[in-house]
Amino acid sequence: MLRVTGAAVLPDDRADVFYSSYNGGGMDITGESVLVRKKFAEQFAVEANYFVDTVSGASVDVLSNASVIKDKRKQKSLSVEYIHDKTTYNLSYTNSTERDYISNTTHFSLSQDMFGELTTVSLGFTRSRNQVGENDGTSFAPIIDWLGHSDSRSYDAGVSQVITRNLIAGLTFDVITDQGYLSNPYRFIIYFDPTNPRGFSEGDQVYPNTRTSSAVEARAKYYLPYRAALGATYRYFSDTWGIRANTTELTYTQPVSNVWILEGRFRYYSQGHATFYSDLFPFAGAQNFESRDKELAASKNNTVGGKLTYTFLPDGWKMFKRGTATLDISRIQFKYGDFRDIKDFAGTSEVDAPLYRFNATVFQIYLSMYF
Amino acid sequence: MSIRRRSMLIAVSLALGACGNLQPWVKPYERDRLADPIMSWDRDAVSAAYLDHVYESREGSRGGTGTAGGGCGCN
Repeated sequence: MLRVTGAAVLPDDRADVFYSSYNGGGMDITGESVLVRKKFAEQFAVEANYFVDTVSGASVDVLSNASVIKDKRKQKSLSVEYIHDKTTYNLSYTNSTERDYISNTTHFSLSQDMFGELTTVSLGFTRSRNQVGENDGTSFAPIIDWLGHSDSRSYDAGVSQVITRNLIAGLTFDVITDQGYLSNPYRFIIYFDPTNPRGFSEGDQVYPNTRTSSAVEARAKYYLPYRAALGATYRYFSDTWGIRANTTELTYTQPVSNVWILEGRFRYYSQGHATFYSDLFPFAGAQNFESRDKELAASKNNTVGGKLTYTFLPDGWKMFKRGTATLDISRIQFKYGDFRDIKDFAGTSEVDAPLYRFNATVFQIYLSMYF
Repeated sequence: MSIRRRSMLIAVSLALGACGNLQPWVKPYERDRLADPIMSWDRDAVSAAYLDHVYESREGSRGGTGTAGGGCGCN
């Protein structure tokens, strides 16, 4: 979906070096990224981004059935922006590659300023073609079994409105349609089986071949009477798999002198389960479609995060206008309403097992140079 | 023309007329606060896209963010 901005002016040239780490739920993921953005003749801007995720470990629903996974995801993207009068055009291409997953995405959007540049209307289209595989070997000697393709199309529209000299608000809507292989090959269902000493047996997931979802998001940002900003976002999501979700986020941004910017945020998310999800099916083949992906289970999570930005070289140095260094830490608590870790299953009854929950810490540090 | 259609025509004409006379109620010189970096939706695109990806990989919902495709990297 588009990020609606206030006016048809290209942002400053910048270069970013980024490091991230995610730790939680049995997974360690580190990420490194480089981004360069450059304007040409005040009308064109080109942005290139390279991102590498290194994953080790696996989430509980995979760990219980497979060896520990080590993998890298490399993502390359290139985007071109062009401004003509009050219209901004953006075209981008992204390639993301893992050993067992290849994704190619093309995105086009345009935004138009109107009503004295108080209103910006945006439209966008995104198409992704994905190739999905399963690693039947090991992390060191992979044997990839390519299982199928999926095709995703996203249509979005947004409006951003200056309400007062202190308040800006935005509304965005998007529809995404998917078709093809949409399952996760590393996960499986379990069903009640009194003949098995464990009380249950495992089976393959069966997903629908299509999915259509829509999301509407409203956001507002308010400049407080002193120099600080308060932001609020609400999103409602629904899809043809029966998932309904609500997301609420609040941010508070407080500069300290002209050097430091402190930002605190709180995010709350809740979702209902997909119609074909079950933690434990009553018998094999109980439904046409069956999933035990915990992402499709009923769940809630909340995030408390903080961000500290330090501005250096405020008066510029050689070709640079200024630089910033940022530290961002988030703590996320995930709680599931109908998903349990099968390692916790006692005897033949899943009811005895506690609902799964875990905490994750997300750490980001990055350096940005503006020129 | 029925009274109802005539009323609608008048209402639409008034609405369009109002748009035609619409003046920016926040003048360009009054937008200094809105232009402050603390008022931008996302000051740092890489960080925002990364956090969107963290959530999209672990939640059943998607959309409403700037994440443009890509794999999960999260098995």
